[in-house]
Amino acid sequence: MAMTATAGHAHADPHHIGVIIEHPGPASKRIVTAYGFWVFLLSDIVMFSCFFAAYAVLVGQTAGGPKGAEIFEQKNVAIETVCLLLSSFTCGMASIAADVRNRFWFYLGMTVTCVLGLIFLVIEFREFADLVARGYGPSRSAFLTAFFSLVGCHGLHVSAGVLWLLTMMAQVFAKGFRADVLRRMMCFALFWHALDIIWVGVFSVVYLLGSAV
Amino acid sequence: MLGKLDWSAIPFDQPIPLAAGAVVLVAILAVLAWVVVKGHLPYLWSEWITSVDHKRIGVMYVLLASVMLLRGGSDAIMMRIQQAVAYQSQGYLPPEHYNQIFSAHGTIMIFFVAMPFVIGLMNLIVPLQLGVRDVAFPTLNSVGFWLTATGALLVNISLVVGEFARTGWLAFPPLSELSYSPGVGVDYYAWSLQISGVGTLVAGINLVTTVLKLRTRGMNYLRMPMFCWTTLASNLLIVAAFPILTATLAMLLLDRYLGFHFFTNEAGGNVMMFMNLIWAWGHPEVYILVLPAFGIFSEVVSTFSGKALFGYRSMVLATMAICVISFMVWLHHFFTMGAGPDVNAIFGIASMIIAVPTGVKIYNWLFTMYGGRIRFATPMLWAVGFMVTFIVGGLTGVLLAVPPADFMLHNSMFLVAHFHNVIIGGVLFGAFAGFEYWFPKAFGFRLDERWGKAGFWFTFLGFFITFVPLYIAGMLGMTRRMQHYDVAAWRPWMIVAAIGMAVLTIGVICQIVQLVVSIRNREALRDRTGDPWDGRSLEWATSSPPPAFNFAFNPDVRGEDAYWDMKARAQQQSLEREEPEYHDIEMPRNSPTGFVCAFFATVMGFALIWHIWWMVILGGLGAFATFVVFAWRDHDEYVIPADEVAAIDRINLEERRKLVSMAGAA
Ligand code: HEM
Ligand SMILES: [Cu+2]
Repeated sequence: MAMTATAGHAHADPHHIGVIIEHPGPASKRIVTAYGFWVFLLSDIVMFSCFFAAYAVLVGQTAGGPKGAEIFEQKNVAIETVCLLLSSFTCGMASIAADVRNRFWFYLGMTVTCVLGLIFLVIEFREFADLVARGYGPSRSAFLTAFFSLVGCHGLHVSAGVLWLLTMMAQVFAKGFRADVLRRMMCFALFWHALDIIWVGVFSVVYLLGSAV
Repeated sequence: MLGKLDWSAIPFDQPIPLAAGAVVLVAILAVLAWVVVKGHLPYLWSEWITSVDHKRIGVMYVLLASVMLLRGGSDAIMMRIQQAVAYQSQGYLPPEHYNQIFSAHGTIMIFFVAMPFVIGLMNLIVPLQLGVRDVAFPTLNSVGFWLTATGALLVNISLVVGEFARTGWLAFPPLSELSYSPGVGVDYYAWSLQISGVGTLVAGINLVTTVLKLRTRGMNYLRMPMFCWTTLASNLLIVAAFPILTATLAMLLLDRYLGFHFFTNEAGGNVMMFMNLIWAWGHPEVYILVLPAFGIFSEVVSTFSGKALFGYRSMVLATMAICVISFMVWLHHFFTMGAGPDVNAIFGIASMIIAVPTGVKIYNWLFTMYGGRIRFATPMLWAVGFMVTFIVGGLTGVLLAVPPADFMLHNSMFLVAHFHNVIIGGVLFGAFAGFEYWFPKAFGFRLDERWGKAGFWFTFLGFFITFVPLYIAGMLGMTRRMQHYDVAAWRPWMIVAAIGMAVLTIGVICQIVQLVVSIRNREALRDRTGDPWDGRSLEWATSSPPPAFNFAFNPDVRGEDAYWDMKARAQQQSLEREEPEYHDIEMPRNSPTGFVCAFFATVMGFALIWHIWWMVILGGLGAFATFVVFAWRDHDEYVIPADEVAAIDRINLEERRKLVSMAGAA
């Protein structure tokens, strides 16, 4: 407060002995934004954990319907995984391009990321449509309910990510690499990488373990 | 075209909700008309509705909570009257209506009274205590508030259009599944919580980031006021727990809308999974509510005892311990599930362990008072009343945490008495203490003490007269949620409880009168110094109400009780000093994003409840468009020039100098 502006120097905090490390004051906008977004991502991961838990509880409840091993297509899942992992890489390239303000590489990186994301979504959609057509929709059994919800929830996140990605490209097109656009780009990149990590979980828990039994 | 919505949704045959709805509608229209006719609309729009100032948003949260407290309170009065008269008769409420009332009462009290009240106080005060200009995400903060308001609005719409859930405030399946609750009641419940839950999550992220990343120079962790610590703990719990609620309700909605089988009786669904999930959120929720109240009591007790908080560090430790342990005890809500004695024993012991840090806190408050110069102003009365009440509630809680005892008492009136004991004696008393304590900071004048004290005593006595009989009725075997009963032994206790409710109501009326009287006498009650209680933390270092930018300079903190310290040093140095150099200040611009977003969320929520799919799409597109428009804005800040800052700050400094020299002379 103003009153202390000219006041004499700090007397020691009675709890501390020796050097006091003084808190330097509010962090920069970039750090605050990234930090807040991290906290959001953590909460999103908690939400996913619930669907994982539900899947773990319900995985045996097939109610006479198919088990995981009977419906999972390893080839499709492999392509999906490769797409997502690659897209994380290209998304990283786009972030670097944004940091050095190179429009060409930024658009290229983002476009490839978008295409890979769309391929992933198309494969997933076809998997779902195929299962429903065979009568193995989510209301067939509690196992399928949990499966569709967990994988679908991830798919919804990817779809939202694609929308966000397009918005980011439009923003860079219209406004250039402004500080606030760069902050948003940083959040988008965090989001996209987080989806990748969650996919690794889905892939291991649902498809790998599911095909084993 | 309109989905399930048609004229049968309006309960023409039920006079009570219709009349209540009509009264509310007329009241809202009257207020709106008054606002428009008096020409206040532009002021409301630009200063409040679109404001992103954390102080204004905090005030709006508290206002929302107060209004909803009246609604939830009316429900409580209706229930108490019903149980007083429904001995060997039907009473005056049909059963399905009674079920809606207790469900709406619980939902409203937890989500739209207690939550907005504490979030509002945290929003209002925490940035001031941290010595900063703003919260981390001002515009999102406004979005969060307005989404909470959307949830409250949807619950109230259910009064007149359609019905509310009859499933209790946690909507347990399979009762809440489509086959047993085919109406729209559960959908109202789930969508309003889903939407307001997003708002709460946003508020949580915002406050966590604010406390961790936006402290003023020198505000080390172990110098933060206690209220900032409990805010941090409470919001960490929000961030960790509310996604569980979101996921659980999403599963319930998927069951209801798309025929999924998470919690159904058929096709392998698992009802106990719902219990586990909902209480994994629900138990931390209790601490989300009560931790901020603990923080308020810490501030109040230390200020009105004229002493630093006793055992500050143990208090911090206790707070964080509660934050962690509260996640490990959820199973005590269903000891009767059949998990077996081992599991029950572990969760029973874990539950009792929480009593240790809580006890630490109570002792610290008592030792803070010991040897202090205590002033029994209204906030202090609430704090002391809380300590008495909460000890009773805590003890009955420990009793319920003993599995064999719980087998006898769960789902009884004893339980109802217990949780009201902690939630009214803890959260609501804390909210009232904070309200009385910080009101002068928010509005620049104090509240009338006589009416405030009357309000406290009636509420305090009324509380015991209402709830002690419920403990007894519970011991006598009365279960909760009874529409009517035939046991003569319960009758007298229900009548006493109804009388208690009347006393409680007088307490509430006293507080309303207090507000009116204080606004009338505001000139006499004006707080010119910004420090009406001789406070210890930084919110008292600025004027009341604070300017938009809170502080002309970021305060420089040298120890605990930052402002107390400054006052002490200023006295020694007699304040002879040249004027500091003022700088321009950048502040975030107002934005209608929150309000517009909530508008579309309301449209979408309503459409989802009634299956009006085209309207759902419209609302969704609208909300998305709002965000794109928001992201497209070019100037999100405006500048307050240095001489304006100087002019505002000089007035404040002048008053403060008088204060210090007066204290020095005394
Ligand atoms: C002002 C005095 C209050 C009275 C007289 C009162 C009365 C009642 C009554 C009669 C019930 C129904 C019990 C039953 O099922 O038989 C109830 C339930 C409940 N109340 Fe209150 N209440 C009050 C304040 C509050 C407050 C302030 C809160 C929370 C902040 C609250 C939260 C709840 C909850 C969560 C339920 C459970 C609803 C359910 O059964 O699903 N109440 N209350
Ligand atoms: Cu609990």
